[in-house]
Amino acid sequence: MEVNFKVQRFDPESTDLVSHYQNYQVEMTESSTVLDGLIKIREEDDGTLSLRCSCRAAICGSCAMRINGEAGLACNTKIVDVIPSDGSPITIEPAGNLPVIKDLIVDFQPFWSKFKAVEPWLQPGEIEPEGEYLAPEEDMIHLAGVVSCILCGACVSDCTVLEVDDNFLGPAALAKAYRFSRDPRDESDNQRLAQLNQPGGVWDCTRCMKCVEVCPKGVDPMDRIMLLREKVMDAGHNNTSGARHANAFAKFLKNSGWLDELRLPVLSFGIFNIKAMIGLIPLGIRSQLAGKRPPIFHHKLSSAKEIKKIFEKVESKK
Amino acid sequence: MIDHDVLIIGAGLAGLRAALSAKEAGADVAVVTKVHPVRSHSNAAQGGINAALTDRGDDWRDHAYDTIKGSDFLGDQDAIEVMCREAGDEVISMENMGAIFNRDENGKLGTRSFGGQREARTFFVADFTGQALLHVLYEQIVKAGAFVYEEWFVLSLIVRDGKCGGVVMMDIRTGKIEVVRAKAVILATGGLGRVFEPSTNALICTGDGMSLAYRAGAELMDMEMVQYHPTTLKGSGVLLSEAARGEGAYLLNSENERFMLKYAPEFKELASRDVVSRCEQTEIDEGRGVDGCVLLDLRHLGEKYISERLSQIRELAMDFANVDMVKEPVPVMPGMHYAMGGVKADIDGKTAIPGLYAAGEVACISVHGGNRLGANSLLDTLVFGRRSGIHAAEMIKSVQHLSIDDSAAQDDIDNINSLLSNEKNESFGQVRLDMGTGMKNHLGVYRDQNSMEKALELVKDVKERAKSIYVADKSKTFNTNLMFSIELGFMTECAEAIAASAIQRKESRGAHTRTDMPDRDDENWLKHILVTKKDDSHDISFLDVIITDWEPVIRQY
Repeated sequence: MEVNFKVQRFDPESTDLVSHYQNYQVEMTESSTVLDGLIKIREEDDGTLSLRCSCRAAICGSCAMRINGEAGLACNTKIVDVIPSDGSPITIEPAGNLPVIKDLIVDFQPFWSKFKAVEPWLQPGEIEPEGEYLAPEEDMIHLAGVVSCILCGACVSDCTVLEVDDNFLGPAALAKAYRFSRDPRDESDNQRLAQLNQPGGVWDCTRCMKCVEVCPKGVDPMDRIMLLREKVMDAGHNNTSGARHANAFAKFLKNSGWLDELRLPVLSFGIFNIKAMIGLIPLGIRSQLAGKRPPIFHHKLSSAKEIKKIFEKVESKK
Repeated sequence: MIDHDVLIIGAGLAGLRAALSAKEAGADVAVVTKVHPVRSHSNAAQGGINAALTDRGDDWRDHAYDTIKGSDFLGDQDAIEVMCREAGDEVISMENMGAIFNRDENGKLGTRSFGGQREARTFFVADFTGQALLHVLYEQIVKAGAFVYEEWFVLSLIVRDGKCGGVVMMDIRTGKIEVVRAKAVILATGGLGRVFEPSTNALICTGDGMSLAYRAGAELMDMEMVQYHPTTLKGSGVLLSEAARGEGAYLLNSENERFMLKYAPEFKELASRDVVSRCEQTEIDEGRGVDGCVLLDLRHLGEKYISERLSQIRELAMDFANVDMVKEPVPVMPGMHYAMGGVKADIDGKTAIPGLYAAGEVACISVHGGNRLGANSLLDTLVFGRRSGIHAAEMIKSVQHLSIDDSAAQDDIDNINSLLSNEKNESFGQVRLDMGTGMKNHLGVYRDQNSMEKALELVKDVKERAKSIYVADKSKTFNTNLMFSIELGFMTECAEAIAASAIQRKESRGAHTRTDMPDRDDENWLKHILVTKKDDSHDISFLDVIITDWEPVIRQY
């Protein structure tokens, strides 16, 4: 079958330094992958097209890129699954949130810096075991779900926080941090968690789910970040706006059954955080004008009692 | 010009293990790799790593014998002893560094069965053991602060008066060419799978190290021994781990018969890889195949077990063949997978060229002989990577840098300029495809005199064509087009060494199975075949196999 690709090109040695799109038409089969298509273009049509790829089996993590606007591995994306039904071409662009070097090749240095920032190695206690460390199989199987991360950067590419905040460690590095903090052999927990509690750490995720959606290996980075939040708070790091926000959220729900949106930001930021309080004023005015201001007197829902029971049950299980 | 004590080419398991041990021994170490370390092909090892742990009632001698028998008695037994004796410590130290490994009910390392072995001694992380180990070693390299030249491509080794003193390499990102002097160079560049089409190997497995060493005058050994893995996916040729059969999968023919029962009554599906691949090919050739394949049946293992232990290959079969192995059998065929041969090296990684070491798939220490056992390759990379690193770090204390200057890069610069000035002519893709399919057809699971002669002719042809590849990309930045053309040159050298060695061996042994000479001939051929480069051709020589305790016997599974 005939397949049309629209590929974003960028030549850093050109004079205008502007990216543009180039169209290619190739003959592919039903079982071909996007990577097969790009390799065919590269080998038969246009040798100047540059991309990283290697294993062709979704294990090396080289070929993460945006396919029709969403990050994925070119090697395990079948053409028939992404070919637009309206006859328009498959759009191929480099991974997002990382600087483009050439065509589909991006600079991974920011990715690796963040990876290194979480001290991604096992930090066991002082006593070395005779042979292996003993560890429960369930723990290892659980960790395998994170260890299977191939560091392809698809999650980083489409992370909506990184789009606006370079400082965020990002889903891949945080998933890696989770992998160690959850390892029964690792004893650096408190120091690791304290670091993850800093700005740019676990609290900067907005839970948009994008990383979970695009991860080609089912690592679920966002879920790992949420588990890290719990660990951070369990370790007693409760004095960040993130932790206070989570605590206030839970408190309102438990007591009244629904959120007190008027007081939530006050409790999250702290009433003496003058700068943040002033920063909230425009939002308050806008919501007043739009008729969306939360009620000043927060009343309980009629079903609040049952909700409280659920809370107590969950808490007693912890 | 840059100086390092120890320069390691390649950042897979062998390279990183070498780097770590050389660094721990106090040497100034740098690693140069054409892809970021975690993109290396060690990733693709799925099933596990073998080791006989005594506290589990196993004995390294049993592992050694299984390996020797697996090698069809071509492996050097002194080297195999070293590998098997040190296996346990290597696995434990990987665990201590952070590898998770599946466990038994007591929380100790668990094992699974693998082909050609009488004990279950394969330690594993689900079915992505290689990736799990590679990431752990990379973490340790980051922790140790070893310097890595990421995305640099080595063009040649610098040899003066028979000694290796450094490399010429190119920064892929900028096109800059640099001469690096090193008192020791360790080749850890992996295999040559791309010489064949199809192959389970990654696109980066272009035999760079073998060719670099071959051009520098080193010996390549056992090059005729090319492993065909019994279970590669129909169509794409993607690897499905031997772990599937280790966990109990059956191989079926078109008559729904478990055909391995008749060929290997004791080991069945878990006979050694050369044996299983031959049996599959025979079934297919005799008309009991299914569309050029046989069927790998895992249905009886159940969904939970498959998703816990074989999750990756389940995904691969779904992604690449549209088959859910929980519900239906998967069509598989033998596919080119591994080079048993490589740069001849000893148990410390030393090659015939002082200052040059080799470890991992690029090397031939001959621990695999005529056929490698599954899960022995990860072990090989770690044991001999570590040993090379330690030896190199010690050796450099007593040597000086050779007198080399930037002019050492001139030949490579000329070669690149010549490639860039080629007129529109041969394309890289076409020449590689012709070479790959030809090599597979002429040097497949079965070969004969006629097919090997054809292979030699093919090699001559593609070597010539590789010189006139048209490089469309003239830029400096990430010129992958140029890189592929240089890699193609490397691959054709490997192809030559393979074909030239294969035609010498006048018997069937291990992966080298001749339909015109079907028997093993221990009287005349308990020998390694060595090939060295001579001008535009090659020389062949022979070397006796080292036998310690285990005399060759008839090989049955």
